[in-house]
Order: sequence, then structure tokens, then C-alpha cells
Amino acid sequence: MSKDILVKAIDVSKKFDAFQALDKVNMEVARGEVACIIGPSGSGKSTFLRCINLLERMDGGAIWVNDELMGYRRDGNNLHELSDAEISRQRRRIGMVFQRFNLFPHKTAVENIFEGPVQVLGENPKEARDHALSLLERVGLADKANHYPSELSGGQQQRVAIARAMGMRPELILFDEPTSALDPELVSEVLDVMRNLASSGMTMIVVTHELGFARNVANTVTFMETGKVVETGPASQVLTTPASARTAEFIRAVHN
Amino acid sequence: MTTPSSSPINAAPATRERDRYEIAHLKLVPKRHIGRTISAAVVIILLLALIRAFSVGQIEWSYVRDFLFAPVILQGLINTLIMTVAAMAIGIVLGVLSAVMRISGNPVLSWISVGYVWIFRGAPALLQLMLWFNLALIFPTLGIPGLFEFRTVDIMTPFVAAMLGLGISQGAYTSEVVRSGLLSVDSGQYEAARTIGMTQMKMLRRIVLPQAMRVMVPPIGNEVIGMVKLTSLASVIQFTEILHNAQVIYYANTRVLELLLVASFWYLVVVTILSVGQQRIERYFGRGSKSIRASV
Ligand SMILES: Nc1ncnc2c1ncn2[C@@H]1O[C@H](COP(=O)(O)OP(=O)(O)O)[C@@H](O)[C@H]1O
Ligand SMILES: [Mg+2]
Repeated sequence: MSKDILVKAIDVSKKFDAFQALDKVNMEVARGEVACIIGPSGSGKSTFLRCINLLERMDGGAIWVNDELMGYRRDGNNLHELSDAEISRQRRRIGMVFQRFNLFPHKTAVENIFEGPVQVLGENPKEARDHALSLLERVGLADKANHYPSELSGGQQQRVAIARAMGMRPELILFDEPTSALDPELVSEVLDVMRNLASSGMTMIVVTHELGFARNVANTVTFMETGKVVETGPASQVLTTPASARTAEFIRAVHN
Repeated sequence: MTTPSSSPINAAPATRERDRYEIAHLKLVPKRHIGRTISAAVVIILLLALIRAFSVGQIEWSYVRDFLFAPVILQGLINTLIMTVAAMAIGIVLGVLSAVMRISGNPVLSWISVGYVWIFRGAPALLQLMLWFNLALIFPTLGIPGLFEFRTVDIMTPFVAAMLGLGISQGAYTSEVVRSGLLSVDSGQYEAARTIGMTQMKMLRRIVLPQAMRVMVPPIGNEVIGMVKLTSLASVIQFTEILHNAQVIYYANTRVLELLLVASFWYLVVVTILSVGQQRIERYFGRGSKSIRASV
């Protein structure tokens, strides 16, 4: 194994009652790489992302992030479920950006960003604020620091949400359709921020329908359908010469 | 549509068109609100009749004036305020605890919460207050045997009994207010708080409750105002709040109506101040959200 694997998912399965949302999903993401997950609606992409940071509980399989087993502690031949505090600690280093932003509406842009560093990481408030302001500058919103989310456009809110995830100094950021709730003209400002983040070496798993972004930025692309991984490989290969007929069909459908 | 017969035949069609859409020079006649005028008149007439009734009725206004600032009345007012704060504090703490237990996902805590709301909403506050006051009949002593023990009658003063009776039953109502506040917060907020590594408690305290407050403040304000008046129940167990003290005076001087008016005056003053305070608190917790105002 030459690459430094940051995320390793083995046979991840998840049922909602009788419905099999994830069926033995396997995935590997190397440190510093961008992995895009594509696939039709309902194929389990969000559920898989949410299993990584334990928002969803998996029924089978296991996920390691930075060689740490998520959600369990191994003790000889026993697996112990982690406590609330331990799960919170595991989540700290994994950022998440949601389709619907989920900024804290009662906090300004800059407060949204330093809330976690101060309250969770125990950083010095003054330094955390300065760091938050520098992150806002990085996403091009230095002048909006004291605006509430309701005073920002969708694209601006999503950029603040990305800055909020970065504020925790994560080693991995999960993106769940970060541009799907945006007006078309606002998509590119968010993708630009994500592209910069990728080139700075952040490890990212991105669920998206933006195939252009996947082609230009992603190292690997995974196509999922009905809870299964159909195909995975280097971005250029999966997007231009897919091995599976289903993948080709999906890519054609998205382009139209 | 202008018909040819009603317009000058030689006027250019373009000019006529423009004239039709030129309204800046017209006089604006405001909409008439006849209903408002009539209802205002009715209200004024009724008010005048009421004032007349009070002034010609058997009320000695000099008694009202003299007792308005009497030390006994003012002391009663202070006791009313203290009881309101104490009972409401217990009510809010129990309400928040009970609501958080209810949604905690822990079945034991959840059932304790359901049971608490069921029992303490199930009996009149007055009855509960009297039960606390008479607790000595069931538990003559309170404490841990051998370590410390008190006679219940020494602890269950009218103040303590009223505070527990009012506070604990209030908590059962406030629990539902808090729960509806928690439910009003979008699930995405819970998830965002978790993804930045917050524990359950921190998430509730920092993210969920502050947002729930926006929904909770109006009904809790309502409950505080209700509590100001509910404390008058404590007069039954001899707690010296304002209504109790007014009664003590009128038993002596038989000026019933005058003293009831004195008490009403102070209740109204307190409620008015609280209403203004509530608006301020609402504004504070509404920060960041666009204000919604019904406009007709
Ligand atoms: N909490 C849930 N309860 C029941 N079914 C769910 C839940 N979350 C997701 N599902 C179902 O699981 C399937 C996969 O959902 P999801 O992971 O959101 O798909 P995608 O993100 O690829 O569109 C869908 O059919 C969805 O209806
Ligand atoms: Mg999804």
C-alpha cells in the first residue's frame, strides 16, 4: 500500500426498517485526495456520508478514519460502543457541509465559525475569532463577518458553512450535494471555494451532480446505485470511459 | 376602452392612451374605515358609562388613595413578586428538565417526564398547594434518618408550600412549552451541532435552546403573567401576598371594594411592566430571524 489511506470503509450496510439503503459499500480515500460520489437520488449517497461521521448508525461493516474505528472501541475480542462524549470527539476532525447549509441562524457568520473551536476545542476566543475572520477572507466573505445567515444569499451561506467546517481544523470534510440547493448562478462561487480547498490538500468526499467539478477536481469517482457501489476508479476513467453500462447511462442523463 | 363618441375625434390615439395612465395629478381619497369609527364610538360610550358607575357608586376613593402605598400593601406586593419569581424559576427549571428528558431517547427518563406532566397537570394548583402545606400529615418528619431530620411543619411554611405547589405544577405546563420549542428547531441544526463535535448537552445549551427560545418566549411570558395572579391562591394558606394583605385590611375596616381596587391596581402595574419586558426578550431571541408581522 503506497498511498496513505485516510478513510477506509468495509462492507458498510444500513437498513431503514426492511429497506436496504446501503449494501456492503466499500471505499478508500487517500489523504489529500478528493473523492466524488455520484449516483441517482435515493441510491444511498447521503446515508453513506452520514455513516462516516456517525450521524447514522450502520448495521454492518466498519469505517476507519485515520486508522481509528468509528463508533467503537476495540478491546481484545470485544467491540464496545462509544459514549456520547467519545463520539463527539471522533466527529471533531470530520467537517460536514450540508445541502441546506444548516448555519446557526442566531449567530453571525463569524460566530458560526468560531462556535466549535471555542466551545468544543476550547480555543482562546480572541484567537478563534481571528482565525474565523481569516477563514471568511479565504472564502471571500470578509465583509460579511457580522451578518446573520438570513442576511446572506444561498451561495454566501454555503461558503460560510465551508469556513465553519474548516474552523475545526478537520482532516476530512464531507460535502453532501453542496450546490444542489443553490440558484444556478451561485453554484460556481461555491465550487471555486471547494476547488481552492482541494488544491490546499484537504481530503474531501463530495456527493455531487456537478460532473464538471468531478472531472476537474476529483481524484476518484464512485458511482452508486440502490445502495451499492457500481463502479469506482480514477475520475477521468469513470467519467469518460465507464466500465458499467449503468454508469454511462447515468452520466448521459446528467449531461442532458 | 374609450368609445369614439365619448372622445374628441381629432385627438391622437397615442395622447389618449397616455392620459389614461397619467394619475399623478388625481386627488387621493383615503379608504373609509366606517367599522372602526363606529366601534370606537361604542367603546368610548361604554367607558364613560363605566367611569360614571364607579364615581357615583359606593366607593370611597380616599381609601383607595390612602391604602395604595400603605406599608402592608407594599409588603404584600413584594411577597407576590418574590413568589412569582421563585415559583416560575422552579417551573422553568423543571419544565426544561422534563422536556429534555422527554426527547432524550432514554425510555426511563422519557417515562418519568410523561408521568410528571400527567400527575401535576391533573390536579388544580390550589389543591396541590394545600397538599404541600399539609404534607406533615403523611410525612411527619423529613430528612435522612440518623443523619438529619426536621419536623415537616417547621419546613412547610406557607412560603415553601406555595412555592412548591405553584412551581411544580407550573413545571408540568412549561414542560410542554419547552418541548414544542425544541420540536420547532430544524433537525439540520441538531446535525450541524453534532458535526462540529458538540455533546448532547452542549448542543442543547448552545444551539437548540437559544433557537427554541424564540418560540418559547411568548407562551412563557404568558405563564409568568399568569403566575403573578396565580400567587393569590397562596392567600388560602396564609401566605402574606398582596391579596391576602388587602383582605386582612378589609376584614378590619370593611372597605372591601376599595382594597380590591388597590390590589387590582398593583397587579395591573406588574403585568404591564412584564409585558414590556417580554417584548424586549422576544426581540433579543429573535435576532438573526426576519421578523414576521401580520399585515392586513
Ligand atoms: N431516516 C430514514 N428513514 C427511512 N428511510 C430513509 C431514511 N434516510 C434515507 N432513507 C432512504 O434511504 C434511501 C437512500 O437515501 P439517501 O442516502 O438520502 O440517498 P441519496 O443521498 O443518494 O439521494 C432512500 O430511499 C431514502 O428514502
Ligand atoms: Mg442525498
